[in-house]
Amino acid sequence: MRFYLIVAALAIGLGGTVASLFTLERPGMLTAQLGFRGVGMEAVVNPRLVAANAPLHAAPPSLEAADPSGDRASTIYENVPVLGHLSIEQFGRVMQAMTEWIYPGEGETQGCNGCHVPGNFAAEGVYQKTVSRRMLQMVQMINTQQTAHVGQTGVTCYTCHRGLAVPAEVWFETPNTATTALAGQAAGQNRPLPRTGQSSLPYDTFTPFLLGDAPIRVQDQVARSAPTAASIQQTEWTYGLMMHMSTGLGVNCGFCHNSRAWSDWEQSQPQRVVAWHGIRMTRVINTEYINPLQPNFPPHRLGPQGDPLKVNCATCHQGVNRPLNGAQMLRDYPELNPPGPERRADATPR
Amino acid sequence: MAENQYLFTRLQVRGPVYPGVPISPDESQRTGKGGFSYVLGLIGDAQIGPIRLGMTGFLSLVFGTLAFVIIGFSMLASVNWSIGQFIRQLFWLALEPPRPEYGLRIPPLHEGGWWLAAGFCLTLSVILWNIRVYLRGKALGLGPHTAYAFAAAIWLYLVLGFFRPILMGSWSEAVPFGIFPHLDWTAAFSIRYGNLFYNPFHALSIVFLYGSTLLFAMHGATILAVGRFGGEREVEHAIDRGTAAERAGLFWRWTMGFNATYESIHRWAWWFAVLCPITGGIGILLTGTVVDNWFLWAQQHGFAPVYPQLNPGVVDPALSAGARP
Repeated sequence: MRFYLIVAALAIGLGGTVASLFTLERPGMLTAQLGFRGVGMEAVVNPRLVAANAPLHAAPPSLEAADPSGDRASTIYENVPVLGHLSIEQFGRVMQAMTEWIYPGEGETQGCNGCHVPGNFAAEGVYQKTVSRRMLQMVQMINTQQTAHVGQTGVTCYTCHRGLAVPAEVWFETPNTATTALAGQAAGQNRPLPRTGQSSLPYDTFTPFLLGDAPIRVQDQVARSAPTAASIQQTEWTYGLMMHMSTGLGVNCGFCHNSRAWSDWEQSQPQRVVAWHGIRMTRVINTEYINPLQPNFPPHRLGPQGDPLKVNCATCHQGVNRPLNGAQMLRDYPELNPPGPERRADATPR
Repeated sequence: MAENQYLFTRLQVRGPVYPGVPISPDESQRTGKGGFSYVLGLIGDAQIGPIRLGMTGFLSLVFGTLAFVIIGFSMLASVNWSIGQFIRQLFWLALEPPRPEYGLRIPPLHEGGWWLAAGFCLTLSVILWNIRVYLRGKALGLGPHTAYAFAAAIWLYLVLGFFRPILMGSWSEAVPFGIFPHLDWTAAFSIRYGNLFYNPFHALSIVFLYGSTLLFAMHGATILAVGRFGGEREVEHAIDRGTAAERAGLFWRWTMGFNATYESIHRWAWWFAVLCPITGGIGILLTGTVVDNWFLWAQQHGFAPVYPQLNPGVVDPALSAGARP
C-alpha cells in the first residue's frame, strides 16, 4: 500500500518536474494592461529574460560621423552605381560599417574580401557584391517607401545581419519530407518547429503569405450566410503565420488583437496596422529584392527547393517587438538613405 | 502505522470467483474462468472476468483495432517510418482529413482516403460497442441508460466528423486524428467562426461539463462521508432509507436548504453528463451551417458587451485606396 503511494508520488513529482523545466519560465512576470479591463489584452514580459537577452538586441557603437561634403564617390571610384552620390568619406564609412555588420571576422573571406575581389574593389564576379548592392537598394527602398512599417527608426544592414553574412532568421520553401505516398496528407504540418511556436500547425506559411499574397483573413464579416467560405485548413494556415509573428516578435495575440473578435479592426491595437504593413513590406522584399537574386546565389546558399533564403518577421525582429529594441541606428547612418529629398525631416516620428 | 483512507478501496473481499448469472444456452457463453487482482482491487472489484465478448464486441474490437492501426501507420509514414521520430513527435502527428478541394468525394488513400477509412472503422467500432452495451444491459435486466449516455457521446463524435462535414459539403471540415492537431483544429474552428464562446450551445455544454464535475464532487463526497454508516449501499438506501441516507440528506438541507435523494442525484448526474455532448453537438452543427460569426451574432442579439476602446481610431488599412487585404 505504502509502496504504491510512494511510487505514485515519485512518478508524479518526476513528471511534473520534467514538464515544468521544459515548459515554464521561472516566475517574476510583469503584466501591462493594453486594452479595456477584462478583455485580457495584456503584455506579459519576464524582466529577468529581458535583461538577460538585452545584449542580443543592442546596437553596435556608431562609427565616427563622416563629412558629407567634398568630391562624390562616383567621381573617384569606378563602378559605384548605388552609393556614388555619397562623399568619399561617407562612402568609406559605409564600407567600413558593412564589413563590421556583415563580415566582421578575420580571415581570407572576411572583411572587404567578403564581397570584393582582393586587390580590385571595382571588379564584379563575387556574388556577394551583386547581392549587397541589391540589398543596399532594398534598404533605401524600406527607409523611404515602407515608413508605414519602419517609421523613422528605419533599418540598416545590421537590423537583419547582426554580424553574420547570412541573417540568423531566414526561411526557404519547405518540401514535404515524407517520402512515401501514404504520408501525403501530413505534408506541411504536424511537425514541431520553432517557426510556428512548436505547434502542429502548417509550417510553410511563409510561401503563401510572405511570398505570395494569399488571403490571410478567414473570419466572416456578417453573422450569418456569409458569402466567403474560408476552410478550417485555410484558418490553420493563417493561424500558423500568426504563431510565427507572435514568436518572432516576442508578443502574445493581445499585442495586436482583441481575442474575442480577431478580425475586428476597431477593437484592435494600433500595432496591428503596423504589422499589416509589415506583411506587405516582407512580400515586396521577398519578391522584388531577394527572389530575383536567385541565379546569383551558389547552391549552398539556396534551400532544398532551389529558392534563396528569404525574410520573415523574425529576420529583423529576432524576438522583440521593435528590432534592436528600437535603437535609432539609421539616424547615425544617413548614408543609407537614398539620394534626393524623399526622406522628409518633418515626418512624424513613430 | 498510518493508513490511507481516501484513495483506495479499503476492504477486498475474496470468495470463489463468481461467473455471473447463467446465460441462455443458445447464446455465446463467457470466456475464461476469472481471477483476482490485488492492484485492481485497490480501485475497483478485485475479480477480473470472465468476459462475454459476443459478436458485437468482437467486431467492435476488430474495427477499432483497424482504425487504430490505420491512424498509427499513417503517422509513422509521415515521419518516413522512423520509430524514433514517431515516438518523439507522436503528440504532433496526425491522420488528416482530405483537403477542401475534394469536397465530399472520396479522395485517393494518401490524400485523405485513409482518414475516411479510419473514420468509418472507428464509427463502426463505437456504434457496435454501444449496441453491445445495450444488449448486455438488457441481458442483465437493466435499463438502457448506459447505452443512451454513450449514444450522446457518439452524437457529438458524429457531428464533428460526419454530419457537419456533410452539411458543409466537405470532409476537410472534419477533425484530424491526432493529439495536438485535433486541439489546433479546435482553436482554428473557434477562430474561423468568430469565437465559439459566443455560441450559446457551447455555453450550455460548458455549463453541463462543469456542472457534471460539481455534481460528481458533491455526490462522491457525500457517499464517502456517510460510508461509515453503510452509505455506499445506495440502491438499498434508495428504497429503504437508513441512517446514512438520512444524515446525507440532512447535511445538504442544513448546508443549502435542499437535498437530492439517493435516487434523484443520479438523475441529476446522468442528465448533466448526457446534455454536455448533446448541447455541444448542436452548437457545432449550427456553426458554419447557420451561423458564420458567433461574435457578430452575439452582438446582434445583444449579449456581447461593447467595451470602450483604449486605442480608438484603428481602421482597416486595406480600406485605403489601392491596398490589398
